[in-house]
Amino acid sequence: MIEVNNIHKSFGEAHILKGISTVFDTGKTNLIIGQSGSGKTVFLKCLLGLFSPEEGSIVYDGQKYSELSGDEQRDLRQDMGMVFQGSALFDGMTVAGNVMFPLEMFTKLAKSEMEDRVDIVLKRVNLVDAHMKYPSEISGGMQKRVAIARAIVMNPQYLFCDEPNSGLDPKTAILIDNLIQEITEEYNITTVINTHDMNSVMEIGEKIIFLKDGLKEWEGTKHEIFKTDNQAVTNFVYSSELFKKVRQMYIEERN
Amino acid sequence: MKYLADIGGYAIMVVEVFKKPTKWRIMRTLILKEIDELIFGSLGIIIFISFFIGAVVAIQTALNLTSELIPKNLIGFATRQSIILEFAPTFVSIIMAGKVGSYITSSIGTMRVTEQIDALEVMGVNALNYLVFPKIIAMLFYPFAIAIAMYVGIFGGWLAGVFGGFLTSADFVEGLTMEFIPFHVTYAFIKTLIFSFIIATIPSFHGFYMRGGALEVGKASTTAFVWTSVVIIITNYILTQLLLG
Repeated sequence: MIEVNNIHKSFGEAHILKGISTVFDTGKTNLIIGQSGSGKTVFLKCLLGLFSPEEGSIVYDGQKYSELSGDEQRDLRQDMGMVFQGSALFDGMTVAGNVMFPLEMFTKLAKSEMEDRVDIVLKRVNLVDAHMKYPSEISGGMQKRVAIARAIVMNPQYLFCDEPNSGLDPKTAILIDNLIQEITEEYNITTVINTHDMNSVMEIGEKIIFLKDGLKEWEGTKHEIFKTDNQAVTNFVYSSELFKKVRQMYIEERN
Repeated sequence: MKYLADIGGYAIMVVEVFKKPTKWRIMRTLILKEIDELIFGSLGIIIFISFFIGAVVAIQTALNLTSELIPKNLIGFATRQSIILEFAPTFVSIIMAGKVGSYITSSIGTMRVTEQIDALEVMGVNALNYLVFPKIIAMLFYPFAIAIAMYVGIFGGWLAGVFGGFLTSADFVEGLTMEFIPFHVTYAFIKTLIFSFIIATIPSFHGFYMRGGALEVGKASTTAFVWTSVVIIITNYILTQLLLG
């Protein structure tokens, strides 16, 4: 569980996060949504410890991040897995090398044990024949799956994803969403996904936080988001024709 | 003010590079890879430049010796002194600031842009140690490349001098061995070692702390080259004053 208490973050004159508080539950897929510039990425980077908030605190299962020493923070980060928007795979390493990287860095496992672990996670993300390929030789969807495999290979307690299905076709995007949700339940981890994809919200949004101008505007589930009267949320959710029709159908059904 | 902040940032970076070291098993592989990339990968251009610089120095010295009273062996002497004291350590280092420096800035900068550095940091890896330390160690082998540059430069001077008809081989060799001060070679290697640290770290700083996209990677490479060259030239002056002045 991650507890976020009133965090503020500024860059120079720009006040990006203006006091966000929330709780991300273990074993659930938590989504952060909002328009571009709403502070989603800064919020996620604060959760990851890449940015330090000026005010407020982030508590990971009872450990307040700002009170940990540098080494303790690095140890805690080893319990975090991250799937970056652009996958952030290491270009010079093969798929297997990328997934094995955290194991090589932080464990004393024998090479064969590492290879077994890599096989298991690559199978888990449905990548069986790509071990020796380089990131540039595989598709965007496969890169995302490798990134997920790398993020879960250390059995993390927290999984963070920054727009995991951006740039993917709708079918692959759904596969990635479902994979993340399955992994969250299977490994009982706290997953936080940063997205502006409404399909993801509908598929996997067990808890959704809507950010607007650096503030938490709304919080709820995927079922509640379609019923809310919050103007900012409805403007965001029903910005596409498809979702306008969904809302229309919902209203007709309700009446 | 920005320059002061950059100098402070650079100093902090250098300290961070030596903290929380990466496992030796992984570091060893990284160092060998960097030696191959930064040193062996540069030998071709170093040999090419040194050969022709040596040749040009010999020809220009010969063409400026118009008085019959000046012995021809001065061509060998001037070639040796120029190559050992300045052209091999300093001139080649400025070329390396362009070749190796821009490679370092662009490779680290691209990792920054594509969030690979963020990925390392999220995992709990000391990204500076992982990325910059192997380059610093690899560049410790740079004096060997400069030693080759010295030999090749002098060979180029001999070839141009003798086959250009400016002097005999015996005169050139006599000039080469004339009033040889071994400390000049030590001085050249001290300079080279310090330049190697500059070439490894300043471009790393510009790559590691860059922000933006592909265009900014290009700009960072250019800035890194300019600053590496400036620092090499200033350091060259200071070292020369300290060691030979």
